[in-house]
Amino acid sequence: MPRWIQVLVFVLIIGFILLFAFGLRARGESQLGAGPAPDFSITSFEGQRLQLSELRGKVVVINIWASWCAPCRDEAPFLERTWRQYKDRGVVFIGVDYVDSETAAKAYLKEFGITYFNGPDIGSEIYQRFRAKGVPETYFVGKDGNLYGNVIGPITRTSTSMTERAFVQKLEELLAK
Amino acid sequence: MKKIGVLIWLITMSAGLVWLTAMPARAQGPNIDDEVNRIAKTLYCPVCPNTPLDICGTQACLDWRSDIRRMLQEGKHEQQIREYFVARFGPQVLGAPPAEGFNWLAYILPVVGILLGVVVAWLSVRTWLVRRAPGAAPTDTPEISKEFAERIEKEMKEL
Repeated sequence: MPRWIQVLVFVLIIGFILLFAFGLRARGESQLGAGPAPDFSITSFEGQRLQLSELRGKVVVINIWASWCAPCRDEAPFLERTWRQYKDRGVVFIGVDYVDSETAAKAYLKEFGITYFNGPDIGSEIYQRFRAKGVPETYFVGKDGNLYGNVIGPITRTSTSMTERAFVQKLEELLAK
Repeated sequence: MKKIGVLIWLITMSAGLVWLTAMPARAQGPNIDDEVNRIAKTLYCPVCPNTPLDICGTQACLDWRSDIRRMLQEGKHEQQIREYFVARFGPQVLGAPPAEGFNWLAYILPVVGILLGVVVAWLSVRTWLVRRAPGAAPTDTPEISKEFAERIEKEMKEL
């Protein structure tokens, strides 16, 4: 067999192995929980635009949710209640609606009386930037624009992911920083 | 007699009206379902990988199918609907990546791989046939110089 074909086959096999390895590595990356929060812009269901980097100096809670997600429904009333409690203290809540029908999403927001900023994650970009793995997931961004942890799963009174009390404590900590 | 005539007229008119209103629904019903399924078959919800929308039973997929139905009722075409889903949820909703940019590799590489495989197989078979041909010199025997051959012959005689 000519030498050049042997080399070509060898190079192609190595290339495929590398592609496969990079794919596995990307899949295995865990959710972001520290370091600078990835910047993004999001437009609410009402057409209002918001840029994360423009919220420096405020504590930001990013909650990724979907109307079809049952655990999201468990934490929705608490998130709205807490947002109302903290909105005048420099805390911003951003609801990121992941892979959802707009009609179903709006019905969900209405059902739980959610008034904080909420918008669709167009192209699932925010979900991918935060390397989220499911819904609900919640990320805490400090006043300096850095991430200060995340919660995978619902925030409820007895949750194993994060209890409501721990969530409030976290907000207080971030406000004090 | 006149009352019966009026009654018959009313019944006929009512039946006609019912039939007329039911007509578009009957005509549209199965067609729109088929159309929804046809489009849904080509879309994949990221929540349920490898399961096309037409057979996926999750709430997310049910919602998406409702969206397809609504858009069809609004008069949108298949291409517009597919474009909406790609813009809204990303290209991963498509069964196959759009043939553009880096994605071309997904279409070209299998063809290149097959062609290369054919070439490698053909060359291997050819080499094998040449080796097995009667009277063919063994191709893997290294050539030796005349001096070296003479030396071996001389040493063999001395033995």
